[in-house]
Amino acid sequence: MASGKREQFENPVVEWVDSRLPIFTMMQKEYGVFPTPKNFNYFWNFGAIAMFMLITMIVSGIVLAMHYTAHSTLAFDSVEHIMRDVYYGWLLRYIHANGASFFFIAVYIHLYRGLYYGSYKKPRELLWILGVAIFLLMMATAFMGYVLPWGQMSFWGAQVITSFFSAIPGVGESIVVWLRGGFSLDNPTLNRFFSLHYLLPFVIVGVVFLHIWALHVTGSNNPEGVEPKTKKDTLPFHPYYTMKDTFGLMAFVTIYAVFVFFFPNSLGHADNYIPANPIVTPAHIVPEWYFLPFYAILRAFTFGVNAYLLVGLGLAAVAFYPLFTKKKGSEISLILMAGIMVFSGAFLLAGYFSQLELDSGAKALVLPYSDAFVDAKLCGVLAMFGSIALLFVLPFLDTHPVRSARYRPWFKIGVLLLVVDVAILTVCGAKPAEGFWVPLSQVSMLYYMGFFVVGIPFLSKFEPIRDLPKSIHQSVLAKPQKIVVKG
Amino acid sequence: MKHFLLSLVVIVSFSSAPVLASNDGVSLPHGHWSFDGAMGTYDKAAMQRGLKVYQNVCASCHSLKRIYFRNLADLGYNEAQIKTIAGEYTVEDGPNGEGEMYDRTARPSDAFVNPYANKEAATYANSGAFPPDLSLITKARSGGANYLFGLMTGYDDAPEGTELLDNQYWNKYMAGHVIAMPPPLSDGLVSYEDGSPETIEQYAKDVSHFLTWAAEPEMEQRKRMGLKVVLYLLIFTAVLYGVKRRIWANVKK
Repeated sequence: MASGKREQFENPVVEWVDSRLPIFTMMQKEYGVFPTPKNFNYFWNFGAIAMFMLITMIVSGIVLAMHYTAHSTLAFDSVEHIMRDVYYGWLLRYIHANGASFFFIAVYIHLYRGLYYGSYKKPRELLWILGVAIFLLMMATAFMGYVLPWGQMSFWGAQVITSFFSAIPGVGESIVVWLRGGFSLDNPTLNRFFSLHYLLPFVIVGVVFLHIWALHVTGSNNPEGVEPKTKKDTLPFHPYYTMKDTFGLMAFVTIYAVFVFFFPNSLGHADNYIPANPIVTPAHIVPEWYFLPFYAILRAFTFGVNAYLLVGLGLAAVAFYPLFTKKKGSEISLILMAGIMVFSGAFLLAGYFSQLELDSGAKALVLPYSDAFVDAKLCGVLAMFGSIALLFVLPFLDTHPVRSARYRPWFKIGVLLLVVDVAILTVCGAKPAEGFWVPLSQVSMLYYMGFFVVGIPFLSKFEPIRDLPKSIHQSVLAKPQKIVVKG
Repeated sequence: MKHFLLSLVVIVSFSSAPVLASNDGVSLPHGHWSFDGAMGTYDKAAMQRGLKVYQNVCASCHSLKRIYFRNLADLGYNEAQIKTIAGEYTVEDGPNGEGEMYDRTARPSDAFVNPYANKEAATYANSGAFPPDLSLITKARSGGANYLFGLMTGYDDAPEGTELLDNQYWNKYMAGHVIAMPPPLSDGLVSYEDGSPETIEQYAKDVSHFLTWAAEPEMEQRKRMGLKVVLYLLIFTAVLYGVKRRIWANVKK
């Protein structure tokens, strides 16, 4: 990485190594003098925090694996053996179990920071995509880890999640059998999950390396969203950000420690202290909290796609098509768009209500040809995976030239509402799918999807481009002057 | 600091989610337990009484297989006392040198003895309802000790219109209110030597205390260590903040 001219080190041992493998030069370049925007706020700590959590999880996990037995008849007992007989086994396990939650907290904040300040935009698209890949790998790892204690929630959660794949037409059932390693969830499933749960973290380490590599090519974004121009805009990474990250990290670790030592089971579910029992289903099968928004999106589909919904979606696609073309905002006819949208909305509502069953058992709206041809389950699964797929394509959906929400007042409202929306989805996911939780999760799901599919492209075309501060230095020195709206 | 507080709020609101999803909206009785709070410890006398209730009442149907007699040292018993307690039990051991299984007196290194030979026998003897092992019961039910106390004291006549089968009972705190376990406690059932009241309430309280220890024997050590760790981290974080301020002092704001 660091080739070309190399400064000599005074220490002869360091110099000997460095002249053969310039690792000290590289560290000095990438973490010592690395020019970093000077205006980071504390949201920029969460990358380092996530890195710390990854290492914590790997270290505690390796030791736990020394005492764990991956067999359906022994797994639960071996976890209790860790809790009761292994020296500080309870500490290791609580560090690991709560660590998963805190890893997700760090990553969710890190991800949202990228969203808010437009860190996914050119030239950082690949950096963002690698990050979403890490997130996806984390979800798979966390899910499989939760199965390992082989408690009731482990078992039934795995049952629910593996059966998602049965929604795939034709080959679904075969895929489920292949994933489970048998016709039902049993020891082969536990064994492969343990194997993969041990493997995937190291894959994550690999992708994290690429993520950081890409970061060090483009440099960090910053709250202003303008690239550093001169030396005045940046600070050397060390000691400024090494110190700031260490402080932020320790504040985070303090909260983490409070959970590990005082509320170690508050983020888990009591049912997982009941050994897995394939013949007794828990009253409510609930995933871990970090999956709840996605679970809510999955369950929001109490309806499938029927003829009316298909026509409605088709019309919506026609209405929104200009958003995805090279046309400028001023060339798009909003009136035409709104007109088509009215028709689209009518069809969508007809499609929804013709499938909505009332308490009396009758449909809310009786229409011919209202049977769904893509069933609700498949729609739910597609939407759930789609909600993450949208994050992958986000850099290409958002073509607005301004990065930071600080200078995008319209986007700012939408992206702040997204937090509220995801919080509502989280609550919906924890509740049984009945009563007003169902329409609430449907509306929230619609906002989530709408924000990315329609909102972002719409804002890309129509949100006014404002004057940005000339440089980070200028914006830090004096708050930007009254912003003039162009055009 | 703002977002740390924010994340704390998020965590706390998430952590309350499973609690909200508990039993049919019936709020549990809220007992005052000596093990509550950051400095909470177990009450040895209560645990010893609770052990007695377990041995005399619960143990006739419920196993406690993850607890070894040696663990009773946590209750304040010395080695000789533990030997005496273990000595009241007989365990099957073997095979011996001749390949035979044999019965012997239990030792401190043995676990509590299961009342039934196997799960099927336990289920059969209880008309189809398997009495769960109690080693983890307070962790396996949301509400923990409060739930257990509620369940012991929550028996009542079924409200009108509720049909109960034979061997079914109505309990305020049981999910669905129908429970197969007959009311286990009655006043005066177990005699206490320390003069504590021999009432259902007291028995329920003591056995819940004992079983909370059985589920979380590490709790005292965990909280003691936790206080030191969190205190250390708080001071360390404060110092780091000072250093950070110092280093950043020359950066023009």
